[in-house]
Amino acid sequence: MTPLAQLIEAALFSASRPLTVEELTTLDPDAGHADVRTALDLLKEHYDFAPHGVELVELAGGYQILTRPAFAEAIERANFTPRAPRLTAAALETLAIIAYRQPVGRAEIEEIRGVSAGGVLRALQERSLIEVVGRGEALGRPLLYGTTPSFLELLGMNDLADLPRADELTIALRPHPAVSTGPDDATAYVPAES
Amino acid sequence: MTAADVQVSGPGRDTTMALGGTPGFVVQLEQFSGPLDLLLHLLREQRIDIADIPIARIADQFLHSIGQLGLNQAADYLDMASRLVRLKAQLLLPRHGDEEGWEDPRAELVRRLLEYQQIKEIALWLGKQAERRSLQYDRGYLPPPPALPEPPLTLDLADLMVAVERVLAGILTPVLHSVVARPLDVEGATLRIEVLLQERSEITFRDAVGPNPTIVDLLSTLLALLELAKRGLLRVAQDQPFAPMVIRRDAPGPTD
Repeated sequence: MTPLAQLIEAALFSASRPLTVEELTTLDPDAGHADVRTALDLLKEHYDFAPHGVELVELAGGYQILTRPAFAEAIERANFTPRAPRLTAAALETLAIIAYRQPVGRAEIEEIRGVSAGGVLRALQERSLIEVVGRGEALGRPLLYGTTPSFLELLGMNDLADLPRADELTIALRPHPAVSTGPDDATAYVPAES
Repeated sequence: MTAADVQVSGPGRDTTMALGGTPGFVVQLEQFSGPLDLLLHLLREQRIDIADIPIARIADQFLHSIGQLGLNQAADYLDMASRLVRLKAQLLLPRHGDEEGWEDPRAELVRRLLEYQQIKEIALWLGKQAERRSLQYDRGYLPPPPALPEPPLTLDLADLMVAVERVLAGILTPVLHSVVARPLDVEGATLRIEVLLQERSEITFRDAVGPNPTIVDLLSTLLALLELAKRGLLRVAQDQPFAPMVIRRDAPGPTD
């Protein structure tokens, strides 16, 4: 390990969040981006070669030292550190809408989910997963929300581009022959084209 | 959603059979994140094609499902229920043949359901991601809370005065405008005009104001003129608009 790799290791150890290459270059006035990247590769190799309990992970556009997943169960059982509460279905759905449509206003979120969104939005803001990124042009200049780096961090993503693309999703219910034609089907479905 | 997730209750079941003829959709609403979720569940349970929803039946089942709703949840579900009932009514209206341009009133609902389904799929993916991420711990370092004085707060008057001084010292000196009182001298102006009119029967406004007038002089003179005119002691006239103001004695003066 080079002195720069050691310095970076120390910095990553001291930080409680992912640090970007940009931030890491400020550690040493003589270190450029390329030097930092080389040192990061070295550090990663160091953890992986003779396996350590921690590893270097790329997260939210930066780097962070995290424990290996294999030890999660034991650590959880020992209960040394409190864990953030899990996200509810409502929170995940709201995050999904914001992640894909940002900047997006509350009205659109409520329209898509069919439920009022005020409480969920507040909770997500309190957990710093979303933030107000601007105001819309619509009546009343509504607040527009976007995701934060903490959102990427919480979901183990490096970038919003890590989200599944629309064409990778199975959108509709799988089509199958219509099951029932009860009495209420008297007015049969007529496609607009016919 | 498997059949095991669906709770069938006694009285609910009877209504179910009566309404839709399909048992097994009596559900606990807490497991749904909204009316669209509940609708999707109903469709999935009965293996109904999302593009061809038997609205009347689904509307009845939906209304039945929300029967036991608490008031706080009710609004969102009632909104959907009213839409379904309206759709049901629209579909019951007779159509004359297969007219051109007839749009299936269900199209909007289908669009919303598909959109919501996509969001649910993404939400599921996000949930799995969060689950995977939660297997890796970070340092978990939290900065210590700021040091606070020991409760109960012990302060004496001197401490308090020092604190107040410190706060006051931090306040920037406000920019103050000193307002100089310049009261109008209507009496003086009245006197001046009366003296002038003793000497001449006709003066101009400029004469009345005097040399190098300030704004206060102008105002005082104007008010004095108006007051004197009201009392009928003089007449104020202009030969034409914007012409110089001419002030004439109205009542015969002592010199006349």
